[in-house]
Amino acid sequence: MSTETLSAPPAEAAPLADVRRVAIVPAYNEERNIVRVLAELRALDPGLEVVVVSDGSTDRTADIAREAGAHVVRLPFNLGIGGAVQTGFRFAWEEGYELAVRLDGDGQHDPSQLPLVAAPVVAGEADICVGSRFLGNGAYRSSAARRVGIRLLARVVSTIARQRLTDTTSGFQALNRRGIALYAADLPRDYPEVEGIVMAVRNHLRVCEVPVTMREREHGRSSIGAVASIYYMVKVMLAIFVDLFRRRLPMPEDP
Amino acid sequence: MTPLKISIAATIVSVGLVLVVFELIRSRRLRERYALLWLATGIVLVVLSAWRGGLNTIAGWFGVSGYPPAVLFAVGLLFVIAVLLHYSTVISKLSDENTTLAQRLALLEAKLRDPD
Repeated sequence: MSTETLSAPPAEAAPLADVRRVAIVPAYNEERNIVRVLAELRALDPGLEVVVVSDGSTDRTADIAREAGAHVVRLPFNLGIGGAVQTGFRFAWEEGYELAVRLDGDGQHDPSQLPLVAAPVVAGEADICVGSRFLGNGAYRSSAARRVGIRLLARVVSTIARQRLTDTTSGFQALNRRGIALYAADLPRDYPEVEGIVMAVRNHLRVCEVPVTMREREHGRSSIGAVASIYYMVKVMLAIFVDLFRRRLPMPEDP
Repeated sequence: MTPLKISIAATIVSVGLVLVVFELIRSRRLRERYALLWLATGIVLVVLSAWRGGLNTIAGWFGVSGYPPAVLFAVGLLFVIAVLLHYSTVISKLSDENTTLAQRLALLEAKLRDPD
């Protein structure tokens, strides 16, 4: 929370890529976590624009983010994580960004791991790259029920995608222009990650995963409770099933 | 016992309901989130319509001895009430959000008309 961190000289700052790039940071009442995330992004790559989407926050999230030099989009009420993230992708699409990275405003996604997540997209090997908690030896602690759910979803999505995917609920992602276009056009309002990956695969986008480790939240707690988890599983399974009967979406025109 | 004709007719109608809901989701005219209750309604009605033994047993539990298909009405009605109640909460939320949107838009317009 100190100003030293904010104005820290970009010591080993190497740009993520040579293209116009933006970090999309959805945040709902994260006034205590957002400063650190923004400072770390600044230190990582000063040329990386940041758009914070405040999803109907009732605290000072938006003001703090603006003071820290980020673009801030304030949603007038809570749209849910998908609606917030899609706002960011629409911003990225309309402003012509070539590379978008997405990480959560609660600080669980470590900005220093962004280069790993972005690398396959920057190299042109993937349209969407996801930071997975289950690849490699990353220790991820969570309730047993939630881990089972995450594994089950990964199994279903892997079958549809005909490729091994281990963490389809991760919001730590990097996307190129095609990926931005897809999510700007269509993304579920709540819990968008799993359906987003299925949509990407069904639209012939190249999806890949790299191992990341997640940090513990510093303040506050996760927004998903037990009842919500069951609703989440049922809804996502239904959405995946129905999507199998859809034709793929046409790509939008460049603005 | 439930008359066979009623069972067949009810099954056809319930399966029709499930198919219509499915098609509405597929064509994106109905979001999954609002379709779950409808799907549950349809599936329960399909099961109770087609499975005459089950309907009789449930009718027995509630002391409906004369006419088991009455249970079908009761269950259908119960689900319709649940769906309506759910929609009432959804409409309330939409109405609140709509008010907020109108206010934000009006404030924005005022700011554009006379800056500062």
